[in-house]
Amino acid sequence: MTGGLGSIGIGPYLTVSAILLVLGVFGIFLNRKNVIIILMSIELILLSANLNFVAFSSALGDLSGQVFTLFVLTIAAAESAIGLAIVTVYFRNRGSIEVEDITMMKG
Amino acid sequence: MMTQIVFYVFATVLVLSAGMVVSARNPVHSVLFLILAFFNAAGLFLVAGAEFLAMILVIVYVGAVAVLFLFVVMMLDVRFAQMREGLQRYAPFGAAVGLVLLAELALAFSHWQVAEDIGSVPHVVAAPGRTNTAALGDVLYTHYVFLFEACGLVLLVAMIGAIVLTLRERPMGRRQNIDRQHERTAADTLAMMTVPLGQGVAANGGFRRPEHSYYIASVPGSYGVTEEPVPQGRPVDETRRGGHGTENHGGLAQ
Repeated sequence: MTGGLGSIGIGPYLTVSAILLVLGVFGIFLNRKNVIIILMSIELILLSANLNFVAFSSALGDLSGQVFTLFVLTIAAAESAIGLAIVTVYFRNRGSIEVEDITMMKG
Repeated sequence: MMTQIVFYVFATVLVLSAGMVVSARNPVHSVLFLILAFFNAAGLFLVAGAEFLAMILVIVYVGAVAVLFLFVVMMLDVRFAQMREGLQRYAPFGAAVGLVLLAELALAFSHWQVAEDIGSVPHVVAAPGRTNTAALGDVLYTHYVFLFEACGLVLLVAMIGAIVLTLRERPMGRRQNIDRQHERTAADTLAMMTVPLGQGVAANGGFRRPEHSYYIASVPGSYGVTEEPVPQGRPVDETRRGGHGTENHGGLAQ
């Protein structure tokens, strides 16, 4: 189970990844007003998923995990590009990026 | 032993900088700590033997995504101090959710059991002697080629979407209309005049431009052009000429 990870083992990797995930979720709750920090928290969560993929890929000697990390990286880049474009357009139209102001679609 | 020291250094800095990302007062500091977190995650990838992904993380995330965040944070003129007003209200709730999540993850990990025959499950193994990058390429362009192309499609859609979202028509830009520019003839732009001897250009009314040649070559809505295009050959109405009609008054169109 510790194939490619040598003396470290999978446990510390999973711990770091879990802490990163929790920090990302905590960041979403903590910065509920600032969309940009929320996007950064999502990046942290995706990074923790990537860390899990790479750790298991290395431990099992299976390259599929690294391929999936590549896909997650792609999706994360696309997501942040679209998200930041939306933030820019919203700020241009409304002069604010507070989450609580985004209620235009409320019925 | 050395590997362990490196791992724990990277892991500690990664967790600390991730904590600073979510708790920094200034969003620019948040982005900079995000860059630090990505660098340390790349270090962890290196320790795990995923060299290609580590480099991709540095190039794509630090070089593109984090800089994109930095651009947006610096471009938007937002009063970030005002945004942190509700912080004290949300912090206990967020901490509670995070702690519950962490406890559940710890519970799941503590009862983690690896199947005995995990080695016999078919999986993709790097060919002996191949480097990580080459082996990843072997897998990516054979087993996962359709997913790879779908990723390219996702990036294309994201690119077009970002452009469509942020594109706006600027009415003050001078744009070129190729068709109208090709329609122009020499008679539209050039007039032969007889200049008496001893008189300069100023005595003949200054430098002139044919009345509607400019309108023919430019797009309606751009600077100095009225909304509808002026038909070729018809004199330009004085009231529709925008701001630059005084010095070539009585121009060459007639």
